[in-house]
Amino acid sequence: MSSGQNERREMTGAEMVVQALKDNGVKHVFGYPGGAVLPIYDEIFQQDEVEHILVRHEQGAGHAAEGYARSTGKAGVLLVTSGPGATNAVTPLQDALMDSIPLVCLTGQVPTSLIGSDAFQECDTVGITRPCTKHNWLVKDVNELAATIHEAFHVATTGRPGPVVVDIPKDVQFAKGIYVPPQTAPRTSYQPKVQGDLEKVKAAVELMAGAKKPIIYSGGGVINSGPEASHLLRELVDLTGFPITTTLMGLGAYPASGKNWVGMLGMHGTYEANMAMHDCDVMICIGARFDDRITGRLTAFSPNSKKIHIDIDPSSINKNVHADVPILGDVGRVLEDLVRLWRATAKADKKALYPWWEQIAKWRARDSLAYKMNNDVIMPQYAIQRLYALTKDMDTYITTEVGQHQMWAAQHYHFDKPNRWMTSGGLGTMGYGLPAALGVQIAHPDALVIDIAGDASVQMTMQEMSSAVQYEAPIKIFILNNQYMGMVRQWQQLLHGNRLSHSYTEAMPDFVKLAEAYGGHGIRCDKPDELDDAIREMISVKKPVLFDCRVATLANCFPMIPSGKAHNEMLLPDEATDEAVANAIDAKGRELV
Amino acid sequence: MNAQLQPTGSAYFIAKETEKPETHTLSVLVDNEPGVLARVIGLFSGRGYNIESLTVSETEHEKHLSRITIVTRGTPHVLEQIKHQLERIVPVHRVVDLTVRSHELGQERPLERELALVKVAGTGDARVEALRLADAFRASVIDANTEHFIFEITGKGSKLDQFIAIMKPLGLVEICRTGVAAMNRGPQGM
Repeated sequence: MSSGQNERREMTGAEMVVQALKDNGVKHVFGYPGGAVLPIYDEIFQQDEVEHILVRHEQGAGHAAEGYARSTGKAGVLLVTSGPGATNAVTPLQDALMDSIPLVCLTGQVPTSLIGSDAFQECDTVGITRPCTKHNWLVKDVNELAATIHEAFHVATTGRPGPVVVDIPKDVQFAKGIYVPPQTAPRTSYQPKVQGDLEKVKAAVELMAGAKKPIIYSGGGVINSGPEASHLLRELVDLTGFPITTTLMGLGAYPASGKNWVGMLGMHGTYEANMAMHDCDVMICIGARFDDRITGRLTAFSPNSKKIHIDIDPSSINKNVHADVPILGDVGRVLEDLVRLWRATAKADKKALYPWWEQIAKWRARDSLAYKMNNDVIMPQYAIQRLYALTKDMDTYITTEVGQHQMWAAQHYHFDKPNRWMTSGGLGTMGYGLPAALGVQIAHPDALVIDIAGDASVQMTMQEMSSAVQYEAPIKIFILNNQYMGMVRQWQQLLHGNRLSHSYTEAMPDFVKLAEAYGGHGIRCDKPDELDDAIREMISVKKPVLFDCRVATLANCFPMIPSGKAHNEMLLPDEATDEAVANAIDAKGRELV
Repeated sequence: MNAQLQPTGSAYFIAKETEKPETHTLSVLVDNEPGVLARVIGLFSGRGYNIESLTVSETEHEKHLSRITIVTRGTPHVLEQIKHQLERIVPVHRVVDLTVRSHELGQERPLERELALVKVAGTGDARVEALRLADAFRASVIDANTEHFIFEITGKGSKLDQFIAIMKPLGLVEICRTGVAAMNRGPQGM
C-alpha cells in the first residue's frame, strides 16, 4: 500500500496508530497487550511491516526500546496498556529522560467516557508521566491522533532527545477519523536552536588557541548528535592535539585506542583524567552537563580554568558550573563550525603542549586502574579485560546493569565507536542491561550483544530471558557474581562502619539451571585459567546465555572520588586500605549521594 | 571561584549561599491546551522553586495563547535556571523576566497590579468608617445591603495589604485576591 493512498484517508484510531508508526519509519515495537490497547494489537496482528516484540514486563519493553534507540540513533517505540502497563513504564521513561534517549511510548487508556471514574485499570497516565517525559499527550479526538503521533516522534527525536507519551483512550482507537501524513511544519512554540552563535565559536577558538593546559571533556550529547559529530570530535582532537576525556555516557565518541585519550573522568574515572580536569587552563565541554558524578565538590571543581560549554539545552548551561563561553546549539553543527574556524584561523602549537602532556604522563604512570591479580579467584577487572580481549575484534555491543560491574566495564572495556555502549547513567537503573541487550539484538540481529551484569541487578529484569528465547535473540548475560550488591556494600564500608545491612544476597539462584529453565544456555566459571575457554563458549553459543562468572566477593571499585571531595583528592587503589576507606568521607560528605 | 551555588538540584551544593535571593516577576506565554498549567507549576514544585503568586488567563483567543504571570523568589542564578527550565516545556512560547527587563529599561520594577474583593459586615460607626476609607483607597462598592459591603480594590500588593489590615477591625468577613498581573512600561511588547 503506497503512502499516497493513505493521505487523508478515513480509518479507525487503531489503524492510524499502525499507519503512523509505518510513516515514521518504525520497524520494531516493544510491548505488552492489555484491555485498553486491544484494538491496536488487532491491527498489529493484521500486518507485517511493523514487528512487535512481546516482553514479559513493561519495564523490559522500555529498556529494550532504549537499547534499540541508543544503538541505532532512531527513536525506540513501546506500546503498553492503561493503568499498570503505564505505571510499569515509568522507570524507563525517567531513565530515558535523564540520559536524553528518544522514546515514543504509546499507552492505552480507558474510554474517554470513563476517565476520572476510577475505572478498571485506569490511572492518570499523563499526570504520572508529566515529570518523566519531555512532553506527553492525551488524545481525546480521533481526528487529532495521527498528527499527535507525528508530533510525538518529532519532539522525541529533535533538540535534546527524550521520551514522550501518547495516551490513547480505547474509544478513540475504535472511532473513525481522517488520517493525515507526517507534516514538516512543527508547532511554533517548539523550535530547538541547533546552529551555534558564530561569534561565540570564534571566541572559543581564540581561547583554545592560547591554551597551555587544555582538556576536552565530551559527553552523551556527541553520541546523540549522530556519527558525524563523533567524526568531527576526532577531527578536532587531531587538529588541536588536546587531551580528551569523556563521561560515562560519552564513551566511544573518541576511540579508547586514540593517542589523546586519557580515559573516563568522574567518580570512578582515571586519575589522569580527573587531575587534568582539575589543573587545566581551558576546558572544552561538549555535550555534557557537569553532573555531580563528574564534578565532585563544586567549589573545588577545576578552579583555574576558562570553560567553553557546547550544549543544545540552554538549561544545562550555567546550571552547575559557570561557562565563560557558552555556545547553544547542536554539538554536531557547532563542531563543524569550530573545526572549520580552527583550520582557518588557528594553528596548533603542539610543542607548547609538551609540558602538559608530560604532566599527564606522570599522572598516567600512577596506573590508577591497577588491581591485584589473583591466580585462584577471578578478579572482576580481569574478567572484563579478558572479555574485551576476546570480543574486541568482533561486531560487539555492550550493555550494563548498574553498580560496581558497570564501573569496571567502563574502565576496562574499551570502545572505539559510538553507539556501542548502552548504560543507565543519569538514573542508575538496576535491571537496565538485560532488556536493553534484547533491544540492541533486535536492531542488530547478527551482532554480538553482551550485557555485563551484576548478580543483584540482573535479577530485577531476569524475566526478559524468556523474551530473548522467544525471539531467538542470542544475548550474552555476563554476570560478575560476587553475591553482594557490590556498590551498596562499598558505600557501607565507606560511610557506615562496614555494617553490611542487607547488601548480601543469601539465596542466589543457580544461574546455569535458570538459563536452562528459560531455554537458554548456562555457563559457570570460577577459575581464572578456565575463563578464556568459557568466554569462547559463550560467544559460540547461538542462543541466550547466562554466564555465571564467580568473582572475588570483596573487591571494590577504585579509583574513586569520595563524596564531597575534589578531583585532586581521589582515593587510588594502592592507597585504599581498610582504614583509608573508612575515613575517606567526612561528616559533610556523608549526606551526599 | 568558578562554581555557582544554588540551594536545590544536586547534593553537591553544600557550600554556603553567597548570592542573595530576589523576588522577580515572570511572564510566560503558552499554548492554551490541557495540562499546560500543570506542566508549569509541576516544574516549580519538582525542582524546588518557589511560587509566591500565580495569575493565568487566555490573552489571545484566536491563537489559543495564555499568559501566565508568576512571582517567584530565588538567587539570580536560580532565576536564570527557572527561565531556561520553563523554556524547555514544549507548549511554552516565550519566557520574559519582567524584573530583569525593567532594569534593562532603566526602571525599578515592572507595573504590577492585583485585584481584591473584600467583604465587610457591620453597622453604625464602623460601617461609615469602612465606606469612608474605601473611598480614600479608591475601592468601589460592588455589592451592599444594610449590613455589609463588598469592595473591589485594585493596586499594588502593598496597597491591598494595607486596605485589608485597616478593614480588619471594621468587620472584615472575607477576602479574595488575584495574583499579580504585570507588564513593563513603555511602547515595546514582551
